[in-house]
Amino acid sequence: MNNAGLFAILIGGLLVNNFVLSQFLGICPFLGVSKKLNSAVGMSIAVIFVMVMSTAATWPIYTLLLIPADLGYLQTIVFILIIAALVQLVEIALRRYVPPLYKSLGIYLPLITTNCAVLGVTILNIDSGYGFVQSIVNAFGAGLGFMLAMVMFAGVRERLESAEIPQGLKGLPITLVAASLVSVSFLGFQGLFGL
Amino acid sequence: MTEILLAVGILTALGLLSGLILAIASAVMAVPRNEKAERLRDVLPGANCGACGYSGCEAYAEAMAEGTAKVGLCTPGGADVADKTSELLGLDSSDYQVMTAFVRCGGCEDYTTRKLEYIGINSCAAANQFYGGNWACGYGCLGYGDCAAACEYGAITIENGLARVDASLCRGCTKCVSACPKSLIVMAPGSARGVVRCSSHDKGGIVRKACKVGCIGCMKCVKVCEHDAIHVENYLAKIDFDKCVGCGACADNCPVGCITIFGHETKQKELVYKKVD
Repeated sequence: MNNAGLFAILIGGLLVNNFVLSQFLGICPFLGVSKKLNSAVGMSIAVIFVMVMSTAATWPIYTLLLIPADLGYLQTIVFILIIAALVQLVEIALRRYVPPLYKSLGIYLPLITTNCAVLGVTILNIDSGYGFVQSIVNAFGAGLGFMLAMVMFAGVRERLESAEIPQGLKGLPITLVAASLVSVSFLGFQGLFGL
Repeated sequence: MTEILLAVGILTALGLLSGLILAIASAVMAVPRNEKAERLRDVLPGANCGACGYSGCEAYAEAMAEGTAKVGLCTPGGADVADKTSELLGLDSSDYQVMTAFVRCGGCEDYTTRKLEYIGINSCAAANQFYGGNWACGYGCLGYGDCAAACEYGAITIENGLARVDASLCRGCTKCVSACPKSLIVMAPGSARGVVRCSSHDKGGIVRKACKVGCIGCMKCVKVCEHDAIHVENYLAKIDFDKCVGCGACADNCPVGCITIFGHETKQKELVYKKVD
């Protein structure tokens, strides 16, 4: 895994180890924000951005600060701290410089703080023994994978809106069924590139 | 011991550092607040009902402050809020219009006849499902008060089998418009001088048999109007609110008295009333 090419890492994050559909991380925004294509894309872009940023911040801190001090067990709490601060920073910056994006993201930007997909990607980067560049590429791939899942599922949900659904399954139940079916389709990528 | 201290120290340092960065960032990148929008928002009712077409009072206030939204879109606020917001924005009061609901039917029990006796759920929607309700006219007010039930301001009353809107109480929320299964209620701008109290598209003869105050599409009003403000389409007269000056010529000449010009007493109408009595 250590020697995996950057392209393989990217595809791995995008398809094989798709965060939402194969690893079941970040399910909350996956179900919450996938009602409309627009907000799904906006949320995904925010997630990609935060994932790459937080990987860029946490990898050096872990390798250069925690490991030399023999404090690897602080990984989780430090990463949460860094991600939270980073998301806040991004929020402030967006509000100042890109108000339309800030408005369209709304409540979901602060929610990314506690998005397990972001924490997941930073910790998995460390666990997989990736270098800095590999980690960034993996974070980007994971973010793209999140976007792929969101956009695909937004399409599915828009179709669900007009479908005739039995009364008892309307709303969230049918959404969960649809989500599991989409997830099953991603099983097909298992074993690709030997990842 | 040193290990614990080191762990605590690093965590504290990281926390302090990120806190510091955030504090500086929020000071440096503070968003300048729009004072005009804030004052406008204070005037708005704060119900966040969305009737204006924006996601809430805040969004509407901002849109008004930017000049992208019109004044007077706030229906719960009505004329009061429209006046205040236009004052804040330095606009003329003619820049907005407050809408009032109006029932396009004058066929109360005295004027129309029954084609059947509906006995069932006491609602217009239900009665309408059953051969279009009691009355001989298929377009008229059913009088079970779905609109009155929908009105939150008590502006609609049912009198003699006909819904009537008290214009002074109406806030223009348009809830009654969607409640009426016959689509009888229209929103007329506050500047409207008059309306046709009928919505029957039937031919004159059929209307005559069904209702004594229904528009028969005789075109008399069109001929007497000097302002090109009233037109007959599909056997039904309609007043153009922009052109009508409220002279009352159409109402005076209407053979059935279905035109109401506000504040204008029609001689013809009295005649019809007498005939019926």
